[in-house]
Amino acid sequence: MATAATVHAHAPQGFIRKYIFSLDHKVIGIQYFFLALTAVWVGMFLSLLMRLHLIFPDAVLPLVGAIKPETYLSLLTMHGTIMVFFVLTTAPQGGFGNYFLPIQIGAPDMAFPVLNMLSFWTTFVAFMVMLAAFFVTGGAPLHGWTGYAPLSALPSAGPGEQLGADLWITSIAIFCIASLMGALNFLTTTLDMRAKGMTMMRMPLTVWSWFITAILGLLAFGVLLSAGILLLMDRNLGTSFYVPLVVVNGQIMGHKGGSPLLWQHLFWFFGHPEVYIAILPGMGVASQVLSTFSRKPIFGYRAMVYAMLGIGFFGFMVWGHHMFMSGMSPYSAFAFSLLTMCIGVPSAIKTFNWLGTMYKARIRFHTPMLYAIGFVSLFVSGGLSGPFLAQPVLDIQLHDTYFVVGHFHLIMGVAAIFGMFAATYYWFPKMFGRMMNETWGRVHFFLTLAGTYAIFMPMHYLGVAGGTRRYSQYTEVAYLQKLMPIHQFMTYAAIITIAAQFIFVINLFWSMFKGPKASDNPWEATTLEWTTATPPPHDNFNGVTPVVNHGPYEYGVPGAPKDYVMQTDPPTAAAH
Amino acid sequence: MGLALMAVIWLITLISTYFFVAKTWWLPVGAADAAKFIDGQLALTFVLMGIVFLAAQLSLGYLVWKYREQPSSPPVQYSHGNTTLEIVWTVLTTILFVGLNLMGSRVWANERFEQAGPGAVQVEVTGMQFAWYFRYPGPDGKYGATSPKLMDPSAGGDAAVGLNTSDPAAKDDVVTGTMYLPVDREVDVSLRAVDVIHSFFVPQLRFKQDAVPGLNIHMHFKPTAIGEYEIACAELCGLGHYKMHGMVHVVSQEDFDKWLAAREAEKQ
Repeated sequence: MATAATVHAHAPQGFIRKYIFSLDHKVIGIQYFFLALTAVWVGMFLSLLMRLHLIFPDAVLPLVGAIKPETYLSLLTMHGTIMVFFVLTTAPQGGFGNYFLPIQIGAPDMAFPVLNMLSFWTTFVAFMVMLAAFFVTGGAPLHGWTGYAPLSALPSAGPGEQLGADLWITSIAIFCIASLMGALNFLTTTLDMRAKGMTMMRMPLTVWSWFITAILGLLAFGVLLSAGILLLMDRNLGTSFYVPLVVVNGQIMGHKGGSPLLWQHLFWFFGHPEVYIAILPGMGVASQVLSTFSRKPIFGYRAMVYAMLGIGFFGFMVWGHHMFMSGMSPYSAFAFSLLTMCIGVPSAIKTFNWLGTMYKARIRFHTPMLYAIGFVSLFVSGGLSGPFLAQPVLDIQLHDTYFVVGHFHLIMGVAAIFGMFAATYYWFPKMFGRMMNETWGRVHFFLTLAGTYAIFMPMHYLGVAGGTRRYSQYTEVAYLQKLMPIHQFMTYAAIITIAAQFIFVINLFWSMFKGPKASDNPWEATTLEWTTATPPPHDNFNGVTPVVNHGPYEYGVPGAPKDYVMQTDPPTAAAH
Repeated sequence: MGLALMAVIWLITLISTYFFVAKTWWLPVGAADAAKFIDGQLALTFVLMGIVFLAAQLSLGYLVWKYREQPSSPPVQYSHGNTTLEIVWTVLTTILFVGLNLMGSRVWANERFEQAGPGAVQVEVTGMQFAWYFRYPGPDGKYGATSPKLMDPSAGGDAAVGLNTSDPAAKDDVVTGTMYLPVDREVDVSLRAVDVIHSFFVPQLRFKQDAVPGLNIHMHFKPTAIGEYEIACAELCGLGHYKMHGMVHVVSQEDFDKWLAAREAEKQ
């Protein structure tokens, strides 16, 4: 607390300390947001190239020319890695979490502002190192975002597996360090810096989601960091953690006794919680927005908190469900499968509560609400393919097919991104002091909702029919050629959906400078960020420490003067 | 806006469901004894998850339309939730998901907990960038020794898997690039990979298993229909992953014996 108080005695004056190496969590949040926005366009461009190549295998494409099989694989590797780390992990937590967690708990800043600045700039360096992989000899790696050894451990296993792969691992390791710093900061801030009256059970669900995400990050990224360092050692120092005696193209490699499955265990011990790192903040935002625009308290606040804790807890015990076909013991598959099904329960609880929130509500359809409703729809669709993949016996057919690709894109890709869109449209007025355009927001929403379903739902049909993933062409296997019409449909859907995203960026930048001025509380919401000025002053509350008297979602309180009671309103304003 | 949203959500839901129900793209016809169990479990899961999918999406659409704010809307129901309801849906979903899991686990146990019985056809499957090789132990029923030092993928056949021809047990080993299997007999496959991980996937035989360097993984399955089935590599293994393709020919026992005898004769 003392640290933050000292730092906030005087707001910085110079441009560099104010906007570049800023200690202000709000500036850092916006920096994370723009980093993720850049990354998502890179990742999306890569996916467009992939989709075009799949239906026009011989076409010469912009920037990359004719796509060779290894080029295709490096596109998918970089698409997955950039999206998972620099978009899905960066924007919801680093971006919105950084900006709004301190304000929503009534703190002047993060607990460790310098650490906060460091974690952003470390993430930035990680992104630059990742992009550098495109430009080195051999290009970006082709081992997929999961980087399974020995393919990822042997420089001679394919093009891109030389310097490109080293940069890829190094970037991820740097990213892990940044995320560990961020997680520590989030946890300390939430535990130590809440305003008077802000008990844990009065925290907005967004704060709970960032808090639980930070716990997951703290436990998961350390494991990935260690795993990555071991992989670097296998590649460069001749160790054999992941590589047994192997013969590549007739050449005996110098490794002996390592276990390829060890990498998978370590990677997925991180990788599965990572799914929840991506989606939990989306759940928080969806809850916040659904309650605000339903003008009703969130249904089952405590159940929502326990469900998120349950998801986080079980999230660490299910990594083996990625490995049912790996040669792992079939008996352990039994346990991993049962625990995975258990995650379905808190996920279902959340869905029921979101529906319960809208029951007997007065729903206002502002753009953030549209995205929160879209989030619920996508969460259901993406979630319900989980119980298929959680059954090892069905994975005999579905593992490593497009069914899996459809599943995780709907839930941790698109649903999480809908969470970010909801957050952007919802908090934009607070962050930039102006309103975004509603009409274009709606157009963007409907195109994106229909478009993403059109891209990712057909992947399930492909997968059931045995459509294998990570193939640069579907020309060599007869039964896969018959599935080409689905690929064509998905590519056209992707072109339209990607085009629709220009509406979003144009709206974003246009509104930043030309949008109508926003009031302090344009959505008539209740949480602390709406009690302060728009945009908030340097120390968030202008030297006043807010005192919290109410829960976070007091809408429609009988007898209250307005249809909402803000968290800082006097205690008499409502029964709760 | 409420009406438009309901229409779009319902439309997406119904179109998505249509293609699953119509089975426009579906499992290829099964040609192994596991097919009826796996297909049955898949169908059961589709029905149960389909019901939940329809119920959730249709009620989501209905709620946003029904409770849209209008001048005539009644005040909202001020409620922080309902503990009884929370318990009810927690218990119901637990029964649904755990029950489904236990049913699927029985099928899994049948497929993977037991090793192949005696009298199964022995075949060793070796994956390497980017080809499959199949080895039959021959009349002695024993695989000959192999050595990494002897592996020469460019030579194909015996040399590709590094067969040590000085080992007496190796003399009658048959190595081929196409897998031949007799119909209605259990097959004991042992899966190996020499360089990176590959995955032996034959959709029509309802069989998939990774081949992992350093491991020798024993699995079994039983083809039940004569025919030719495609093998597709299912684990990203490098730039040629997309063309790491092979064929399984399931033939009558008689034709299988003839085929194997002819390969043995070629060796001598």
